[in-house]
Amino acid sequence: MNTKGTIQFIEKPSIASTAVIAGPMEKDSVFAASFDEILLLENEKDETYEQANRRFIEKVCALAVKKGHEQMNTIDYLIGGDLINQLSPTNFAARELALPFLGVFSACASSMEAVIVGSLLLEAGNAKSVLAGASSHHPTVERQFRYPLEYGAQKPKTAQWTVTAAGFAMLQKHAKNAPIITHATIGKVVDGGQTDPLHMGAAMASAARDTIERHLVNTNSRMADYDVIMTGDLGKIGLSILKEMFSDTDSHVILQDAGAQFYGENDFFNAGASGAGCSAAVFFSHIYEQLKSGVFKRVLLVATGALLSPLTYQQGETIPCIAHAIECRMEKRG
Amino acid sequence: MISSLITAFIVGGLICVIGQVLMDAFKLTPAHTLSTLVVSGSILDGFGLYEPLIDFAGAGATIPITSFGNSLTHGALAEAEKHGLIGVLTGMFEVTSSGISAAILFGVIGAFIFQKRKTTY
Repeated sequence: MNTKGTIQFIEKPSIASTAVIAGPMEKDSVFAASFDEILLLENEKDETYEQANRRFIEKVCALAVKKGHEQMNTIDYLIGGDLINQLSPTNFAARELALPFLGVFSACASSMEAVIVGSLLLEAGNAKSVLAGASSHHPTVERQFRYPLEYGAQKPKTAQWTVTAAGFAMLQKHAKNAPIITHATIGKVVDGGQTDPLHMGAAMASAARDTIERHLVNTNSRMADYDVIMTGDLGKIGLSILKEMFSDTDSHVILQDAGAQFYGENDFFNAGASGAGCSAAVFFSHIYEQLKSGVFKRVLLVATGALLSPLTYQQGETIPCIAHAIECRMEKRG
Repeated sequence: MISSLITAFIVGGLICVIGQVLMDAFKLTPAHTLSTLVVSGSILDGFGLYEPLIDFAGAGATIPITSFGNSLTHGALAEAEKHGLIGVLTGMFEVTSSGISAAILFGVIGAFIFQKRKTTY
């Protein structure tokens, strides 16, 4: 097995501030109290879904910068992604934000890909402040990948609910009393042979396993060394599949999934939450708070993405998946 | 009255069960499921099997989409008897024309009345 892919950050870039904006359905999330803002509507009057997605990316970026006591013109780079073709929402938001911009796509793992790229820029001394994150918008994503909501297609119990949410973090080289990023593991594209786009947790579990295993080997760690190892959006079924892949049952409490927890036990959302905004929203709100307050000392955040397109699954292709991980620690430094 | 309600409910329900199984077990898309049921109704009528089902179950057989397939074949066969091969073409929409026209008409009215959806759930 190729166990490459783990980066150690000597400079330990810090997550100076984060901001999360979520949609109307997300007010019922167990994490809702940690979100900065909850939108009342998926889109305002006379606004397309894509425009709504773009608008809250702009808003969340501005909020992250404000919370970090910086100005937009001091930000060196913006790195972000979403789930829509050609990354249109993020590209258009970047037009308004007018920052040097890199668009990244790893489906629902885009949030962590953005953070890894941002951390590398900081590590190399090429930036002082970087905005990194991702978003997803429920009606827009459903229309692109499955059916328009208006069509009213049925969903099986294995299906997950794409969240409307955007989470962005401002990364800085040295921020006071902020969580730091010590390592990152870049995902491999792993294909478990799944073909059902309404059962993606099962497809993504193999990718998460590969990334977690490599991270543990390369950092010479055990699961028990972490307060939590949280995957992005495997959902309830995907998480139980992932747990079965690890024989160490004691570590099963450490393995958690943002998507599985997102809407609590509400059956309406079937297997839980998904979407690029899911991992971004949970990692940059709840997990960030827990790190900052010292409840968590060391966490591994593994955003998981299914790299399908509507075209590939209609052509009968299987669903390749990827998982990118960052390891964060809380270290007080002046 | 009660017994015909029950037969209609059971037969209509069974046709819907077939549709649900096509989607759940055979992973057909909703559009493929719909087409499959229309074609099935059409073929059944070709063998003269759908009319007896309607006689037995009434609305249980006429309301599901299979009935549309039945009407397509029914009209085509009736006109074919009168006008030969060309009747197949003219007859296909003879019985179904009301349904198709209604779909177009109400679609247009709906589009005029309603604004683009603002999603609040």
